[in-house]
Amino acid sequence: MLSKIKSCGLIGIDGYILEVETDISNGMPVFEIVGLADIAVKESKERVRSAIKNSGLEFPVRRITINLSPANIKKEGSSFDLPIALGILTATEQIVNGALDKYMFIGELSLDGEIKPVHGILPMAIAALKEGMEYLVLPAANADEAAVVKGLRILPVKNITEVILHLNGEKQLDEYTIDINELFKNKTEYEIDFADVKGQDNVKRALEVAASGAHNCIMIGSPGSGKSMVAKRLPTILPAMSFEEALEVTKIHSIAGMLPSNTSLVTTRPFRSPHHTISDVSLVGGGKYPKPGEISLAHYGVLFLDELPEFSKEALEVLRQPLEDGMVNISRVNASLSYPAKTMLLCAANPCKCGNFLDPSKQCTCTPKQVQQYLGRLSGPLLDRIDIHIEVASVKYKDLESTKDEEKSSEIRERVNRARKIQLERYKGLRIYSNSQLQPSMMNKYCRLDEDCRQLLKNAFEKLGLSARAHNRILKVSRTIADIEQSEDIKQRHIAEAIQYRSLDRKFWAG
Amino acid sequence: MDQDILYWVWLGSLSNITLRKKYKLLQTFGSPYDIWHASKNELLKNQSVSPEMAAILSDRNIKELTKRKLEDLYVRKIKILPLKNSNYPACLKEIYDPPIVLYVMGELLDDELCLAVVGSRNATEYGRNMAEKISYELAINGFTITSGMARGIDSSAHIGALRANGRTIAVLGCGLDMVYPHENKELMEIISKNGAVISEYVTGTNPLPANFPARNRIISGLSIGVTVIEANERSGSLITANIALEQGRDVFAVPGNADSNNSLGTNRLIKEGARLVTGVDDILEELKFSQPGILESKENLKEISQSKVLRGLTGEERIIAEKLTDGKIQIDALADKCNLSMQLINSTLVIMELKGIVEQLPGKIFGLKI
Ligand SMILES: Nc1ncnc2c1ncn2[C@@H]1O[C@H](COP(=O)(O)OP(=O)(O)O)[C@@H](O)[C@H]1O
Ligand SMILES: [Mg+2]
Ligand SMILES: [Zn+2]
Repeated sequence: MLSKIKSCGLIGIDGYILEVETDISNGMPVFEIVGLADIAVKESKERVRSAIKNSGLEFPVRRITINLSPANIKKEGSSFDLPIALGILTATEQIVNGALDKYMFIGELSLDGEIKPVHGILPMAIAALKEGMEYLVLPAANADEAAVVKGLRILPVKNITEVILHLNGEKQLDEYTIDINELFKNKTEYEIDFADVKGQDNVKRALEVAASGAHNCIMIGSPGSGKSMVAKRLPTILPAMSFEEALEVTKIHSIAGMLPSNTSLVTTRPFRSPHHTISDVSLVGGGKYPKPGEISLAHYGVLFLDELPEFSKEALEVLRQPLEDGMVNISRVNASLSYPAKTMLLCAANPCKCGNFLDPSKQCTCTPKQVQQYLGRLSGPLLDRIDIHIEVASVKYKDLESTKDEEKSSEIRERVNRARKIQLERYKGLRIYSNSQLQPSMMNKYCRLDEDCRQLLKNAFEKLGLSARAHNRILKVSRTIADIEQSEDIKQRHIAEAIQYRSLDRKFWAG
Repeated sequence: MDQDILYWVWLGSLSNITLRKKYKLLQTFGSPYDIWHASKNELLKNQSVSPEMAAILSDRNIKELTKRKLEDLYVRKIKILPLKNSNYPACLKEIYDPPIVLYVMGELLDDELCLAVVGSRNATEYGRNMAEKISYELAINGFTITSGMARGIDSSAHIGALRANGRTIAVLGCGLDMVYPHENKELMEIISKNGAVISEYVTGTNPLPANFPARNRIISGLSIGVTVIEANERSGSLITANIALEQGRDVFAVPGNADSNNSLGTNRLIKEGARLVTGVDDILEELKFSQPGILESKENLKEISQSKVLRGLTGEERIIAEKLTDGKIQIDALADKCNLSMQLINSTLVIMELKGIVEQLPGKIFGLKI
């Protein structure tokens, strides 16, 4: 007897429909799974056998062959336990239902028949809808995540018995729904705010510019100057996430298993802060069982590399291409997959080895040469992706005590939103969305300078000893500053301010 | 008065008669006009007048030449300040041997307080930097910088004052139609527009070595103090220092390396009791004691000079420069003090940096460029 049950697999961050074909025939009692299944999938045999038996059902003592189709895609994970079990039960006619075509089943089984949550539910639910499924039967703990997908009937289940009762028409499962609008409205708030940061107007302004043009930045400041504090708040001034963005971010987090249970959507921009001892794979993704790395977890959010000089050269090297492409490509035996990685890079570094170089209240014990070398090490490919350099001074005690009202994130975000809108409009049809993505070939058109501006820039290069690589970055950042001001033309003051954000190109740092 | 000037120029330019004798003549006859018109006999009646002197004083050729000289001076728009003129600098008038006539290109102000900054021609970079820095800061504090427009320290002293948009006076050892040293042609022009280039020598006088010690007495005589930066053992600046002491002026010296030839003279001055200075505060503090009253007017002066420093700046630049005169400051604190938006502070500072008014140090700390 043959049965077919629908389930879902994952490639990259997308789900694809998958059929579990079960054939039960007379012969030696063997249980075989074919169709490029990995070890975790193969282990499902033991779980399925025990789960069926322990639910008071019959496990056939015959030859069982399971094919996961399409057979040429590698299958991973434990989410096929439930469809495999249901395939066996259907093939042995313990389940009698003529409309299984409309159902997709996902879930891991425990030995007693309980159904446990799995990773990657959101992309699977999206695929189910796309493929015309009507029902998605899935672990109860994943219900919130799947319910975000409108147009699909979500049927959460706790154990295999509930599924059988439902399919045999003995006890209907309840459909699960949530109000997305309500959810989205309430959850887009952050618990932290720029208003918590006292003073530091220069840092705030620089980050506003960065946020407005999606420019990568680096902050240089002594320990305790508040770099981590402001970094965490960068997402709060980025434009609010759209529903589509939230879906995509949630997909990635879902696949990586980073989505807390009972969460339907990641509604705030992610902030990822990997430690400098992180492996290359964890940073950009990949591995034997491919998973998104930190850079993809920071998709549509902020990737914060604290203590940048402490990261290995290799780690920084692997970041380069993804930062450029907004995407990580991983090649596999039979396919290549990709994870999105549109993130804003924010780095922090001490000014020197001992950290005190910029702190007037402490003594720097480094020699001038050591000071130069410390940040000098950073030069190169990664620094070439960074548009804005911010020097963070330690805030004086009296300023920390100040009760002056600081500007709220929401107020800053309003200006950021306005500037971003101008960019979206301007770059319509060009497949870029912000000034930071401007390609050299587009500069002539979008960063046109009049004679005065050109003169200023030339003058600056001659007098301030800026390095040549600063040129295009200054242009892009000037474009953003002009956009914040809603000025069509780039003016001298915009260029001058942009020059201010190139500290590391100055002779006194770069040596 | 115009007529009078002729006689003063004449008396002043008689190079074979010593200053002492000229003062004596003035005492006896009352005015250059009277000397010019005195007959040889009248002149000789006077004990202090030798026959040679009487011959010079009644030489018609010289008198004719002087008339032409005067025309030349008018054409060159050189101002002439006789000793008895009310605009003649008061402190110079006080000295033991004031010039009979001062020739001026530019402008001398009644109320200006001058400090001299002088030193070696063969200055080191250290010396030139110190000269520029100290002059700059003194100028910011409202003082006019006097010096000799020579190569090295003198030039740096003038430049420092000019950088601060302050006033400076160059005293030459030749006529004002000469440029010495030649490479300072442009500097001379700028000084005459931001102060004055002056000399006691009439146009056509060459820069003879003997003129320079005499020139030095004017530099110190105009000033309430003299700062010496780099001088070797035989430097003319040491002579200036000695003259300054005789004139009752304060003498300051900037120390140098013990083994530097360029600092042998200044280090010796310090050993002999000159006030050691490493910055303007040392000078200001000394003046407070030695010349009480002067520093009271200083606050007032500072305001005047600041308004000069700030000349030619745009609104925001001016606000920023004003705050920076108090010293170096981090950008957030500066923005607070100026009450300007961060973006305006950021862009204005870069523009001021490019104009050479402001310098940036690591940590987004800004200061006026010295
Ligand atoms: N501008 C500021 N306003 C309020 N608190 C601050 C500020 N700067 C620093 N702090 C306090 O100091 C702590 C240390 O700052 P942190 O962000 O960890 O510094 P860094 O990352 O530069 O070493 C913060 O957690 C915060 O409590
Ligand atoms: Mg930190
Ligand atoms: Zn250090």
